[in-house]
Amino acid sequence: MAEINLSGTKYRFGNTYRKDAWWAYPLFVFLALSLFVVYVTWAAWQGKNYWYGPYLSPLYSPELFGPSPHRWIGPQPTWWPSMIRFSPALFVLWAPGLFRLTCYYYRGAYYKAFWADPPSCTVSEPRKKYWGENSFPLIIQNIHRYFLYVALFFILFLSYDVWKALWFTDTSGNKSFGIGIGTLVLAVNVVLLSGYTFGCHSLRHLVGGFIDRLSGSPVRRRAYICVSCLNRRHMLWAWMSLFWVMFSDVYIRLCAIGVWSDWRIL
Amino acid sequence: MAIATFQILRGDASNTRVESYSIEVSEGMVVLDAVHAIQATQANDLAVRWNCKAGKCGSCSAEINGMPKLMCMTRLSDLPLDKPVLLQPMKAFPLIKDLVTDVSWNFAVKKKIKKFKPRKPDNPDGTWRMAQEDIDRVQEFRKCIECFLCQDVCHVLREHQLHDQFIGPRYLVYTAALEMHPLDVEDRLEDLKKEDGIGYCNITKCCTKVCPEDITITDNAIIPLKERVVDRFYDPLKKLFRIFRFKK
Amino acid sequence: MPSYDTHNYDVLVIGAGGAGLRAAIEASAAGVSVGLICKSLLGKAHTVMAEGGIAAALANVDERDNWKVHFADTMRGGQYLNNWRMAELHAKEAPDRVKELEAWGALFDRTKDGLILQRNFGGHKYPRLAHVGDRTGLEMIRTLQDHGIHLGIEVHMECTITSLLMGGDRVTGAFGYEREKGRFKIFKSNAIVLATGGVGRAYKITSNSWEYTGDGMSLAYHAGAELIDMEFLQFHPTGMIWPPSVQGILVTEGVRGEGGILLNKNGERFMFSDIPELYRNQTADNEEEGWRYTQGDRNARRPPELLTRDHVARCIVRQIKEGKGSPHNGVFLDISWIKNKIPHAAEHIKKKLPSMYHQFKKLADIDITVEPMEVGPTTHYMMGGIRVDADTQMSTIPGLFAAGECAAGLHGSNRLGGNSLSDLLVFGKRAGEYAAKFSKENKGGHLNEEEIANAAINALEPFERNEGESPFQIQYDLQEMMQELVGIVRHEEELWRAVEHLKMLHDRAARVKIVGNREYNPGWHTALDLQHLLTVSEAITIAAIERKESRGAHFREDYPQKDEQSGKFNLVIKKNADGEMKLRREPIKEVRTDLQQIIEEMK
Repeated sequence: MAEINLSGTKYRFGNTYRKDAWWAYPLFVFLALSLFVVYVTWAAWQGKNYWYGPYLSPLYSPELFGPSPHRWIGPQPTWWPSMIRFSPALFVLWAPGLFRLTCYYYRGAYYKAFWADPPSCTVSEPRKKYWGENSFPLIIQNIHRYFLYVALFFILFLSYDVWKALWFTDTSGNKSFGIGIGTLVLAVNVVLLSGYTFGCHSLRHLVGGFIDRLSGSPVRRRAYICVSCLNRRHMLWAWMSLFWVMFSDVYIRLCAIGVWSDWRIL
Repeated sequence: MAIATFQILRGDASNTRVESYSIEVSEGMVVLDAVHAIQATQANDLAVRWNCKAGKCGSCSAEINGMPKLMCMTRLSDLPLDKPVLLQPMKAFPLIKDLVTDVSWNFAVKKKIKKFKPRKPDNPDGTWRMAQEDIDRVQEFRKCIECFLCQDVCHVLREHQLHDQFIGPRYLVYTAALEMHPLDVEDRLEDLKKEDGIGYCNITKCCTKVCPEDITITDNAIIPLKERVVDRFYDPLKKLFRIFRFKK
Repeated sequence: MPSYDTHNYDVLVIGAGGAGLRAAIEASAAGVSVGLICKSLLGKAHTVMAEGGIAAALANVDERDNWKVHFADTMRGGQYLNNWRMAELHAKEAPDRVKELEAWGALFDRTKDGLILQRNFGGHKYPRLAHVGDRTGLEMIRTLQDHGIHLGIEVHMECTITSLLMGGDRVTGAFGYEREKGRFKIFKSNAIVLATGGVGRAYKITSNSWEYTGDGMSLAYHAGAELIDMEFLQFHPTGMIWPPSVQGILVTEGVRGEGGILLNKNGERFMFSDIPELYRNQTADNEEEGWRYTQGDRNARRPPELLTRDHVARCIVRQIKEGKGSPHNGVFLDISWIKNKIPHAAEHIKKKLPSMYHQFKKLADIDITVEPMEVGPTTHYMMGGIRVDADTQMSTIPGLFAAGECAAGLHGSNRLGGNSLSDLLVFGKRAGEYAAKFSKENKGGHLNEEEIANAAINALEPFERNEGESPFQIQYDLQEMMQELVGIVRHEEELWRAVEHLKMLHDRAARVKIVGNREYNPGWHTALDLQHLLTVSEAITIAAIERKESRGAHFREDYPQKDEQSGKFNLVIKKNADGEMKLRREPIKEVRTDLQQIIEEMK
């Protein structure tokens, strides 16, 4: 390709002729994601107060090993190294974490907000060098779809958690059907996470985007249209689900600590 | 009538300066009207590219108050006129004079992309059948008016000047239109990964934001192409699958 | 002594819109070297503005359509002043040209069974326009451009030709400058195709961009070629009129094709009150039938909004003159009313007319799905132009070819919407083909040094003056004058006044002053373009004086009727030995019997 010489252009970090508040959006992303990461890290290392009655915090689901009645396999494994604090969240949280980390929307957002690459459109960057997603480490972003596969399983587990959140055990040990605020919180969580996961760019590719002609295969076409529809609002789903996961954990944690009491609707 | 002041970058690559011009503003005026008024009355030699004046040809691209825009589609009523309006040429391309830049690089890039290659005609008269639903996706890309605003805003070109390694959003959209064309049988995936540098795109979506035709460049063109490149080059399972199928 | 860059080609194509690109592609395919000159960047030519579609009798939507119907429609639309051989070739070859585009990657909107969809348009009996929403021209030029760049055609962008170079009685080259540095360029070529488009910039209210200053017609005329039908200039009935800065921007006929109606300020659908005799049998006599036609009812006749452009434009002017116009001196064009007829009308409109929706929303704050647009006539298309041979597109000068808007003959006194894009393709191809052939058979043209030196002196002359007027002011005055005196409705006395004005403008243009240097200097470019504008404006005016009748796009207030005798000749303009513009009547050749029969059958 032809070489191009743009002599005479000098760039300085933050240099721009824009007159609007270009920094507002990246700043918001920076603060919101930072808050989330800090909170989730804190919550994940707690290792307690993550369940309340039939509710299980989505940050800890599925609970593979752990002390709560929600666990699938057993209690804290004996091989767990004693110098590391145990928390059931550590077994699972990496998966949704990596799913979001490699998500096409978040990538664009955190490259801007955390790495100033660029800070905002037409605003100059701090570094001269640029590799993009062309070489290590960012080339790893290309396996986003594998984290999608895992994330799809999580939707199943979280849905099961909602099912379980419909069955309350009373003091005498009898199980009965019911709905609490917590149930709704967990249900909304699944809806939002599904909206986010099923709108994934990789999924859109896998269900139909990879071929040029969808006419003649009505099921695939339908699926492609549905995913595309969710995909158009991927950013919105991403933020709503992010917020709600955090909120769900906060809600259950407050109930477990006893600061807040869950309210039974049914 | 209100008076508005425009600060316009004047000069050529060797020598630029910003000059101020004040003109009367009338209802419905767009930035290009203001530039024409200045050209006709105050600066006959003010260089500016334009043609259709209706957002259909993509000639009058410039940076208005620091944002890449079409001058013919930017109304003065949408700008804060209490302060001077800053008009500059696109930054990702070499300056020729005033608001005009040398965009020839773009035309050179297009030539390097493998051309449309249709499959054999479906009908004896040399024609094909295509369903509207299969061309909707490509028709979006073919709305492109080649204003090169997306190229201008893309930091890979604008800031890092990787013009020799990255084809830019416009040509990713162009390649997407060819790759997703229901008749096309050419394969451009290897070029996309290597010569075209699709990996340089880090999805900051500035191209989508400035597109005057509202083409969803990033989500509908670039990311689907990235996914196709993943299919071919990065997905280990697909690779295995291909090896086995090949052996059989 | 100025310096030049010199280029050699077998075929030189001047103009890179639809016709120029198509000609270059064809010439290149014939195996000759081709140079292509664009006044702007490649792909920005006015073809991108064409919205409605390409007329071609593909018969995909209505199988009753065929080339004969298309031929008859074109002749009727042109009021039988057309070059019937061109109309025949056009109708026969347009379908192949459209299919060819598809093989090069174009994606037209589709019918349910996957064929190219066709829509209704003014003057076309059946739905005939292959289209892509309302951006057909863009699709066409991009397809040609993307196909052409791989054929080894050398493209000279932002380059303007100021004169043709002659070797004896044939054309051997062209002289011009490139905008960037203002350097002169000489193109030596044994065959030249002019495809420079129209002359809309001679008028104040126009849909044309700055490029359309009649270059090709003027270049050919000054080289000694003949111009024909110059009195026929099409005013598109629907251009935007408000706000002032968008005046003239086109509102596609597709709006009316999709069911849009014209209303005056009293809300009356005035088009029903004046239906010309020639079209009475084909036009609906009630609103319901007109609506059914736009929705594809094959037994319904077209609504009067879809009559030919000349007629619709005149009806609009009449409404305005009678004081029934809209607030900004136009009429209302309403598509939003279809919400009474179909569900989801707003979505339907946005899907069918996306760029119209966008254009009004952005430039006029009007949502066309809920309120009517204000429209008025705008200078749109030149039916007249360089006289060419129907089969080869060669002008009266050996080696000089012309295609597209700058050539004349196909459209007669009025062009049907959609016939322009097909004209570009059909005759662009022919021009390229025969130019390549001519070039192969006629090698050894030579350039005349003195002619080149003169061309350079003329081009640089405006820089010599220290005193003088701004070229922009003169162009502006010309546009005001032409709009006022040689507009839609013409009168002998006004036309003579225009002749006087043109003389004065000519003198003023000879005294323009240029600010700045030769590098990308729009003032200089405008000064050079002025010469072409003045030449073509003069041709339009004297032809308009000579045609003492009203026919097609030419309407004379003092001769409001069609005159049978005047229907038997075309007006031909040529420069005489003294350098003066001379006009003569050229009898129309009798229509071939089989074609005449088609015309009679379809009447």
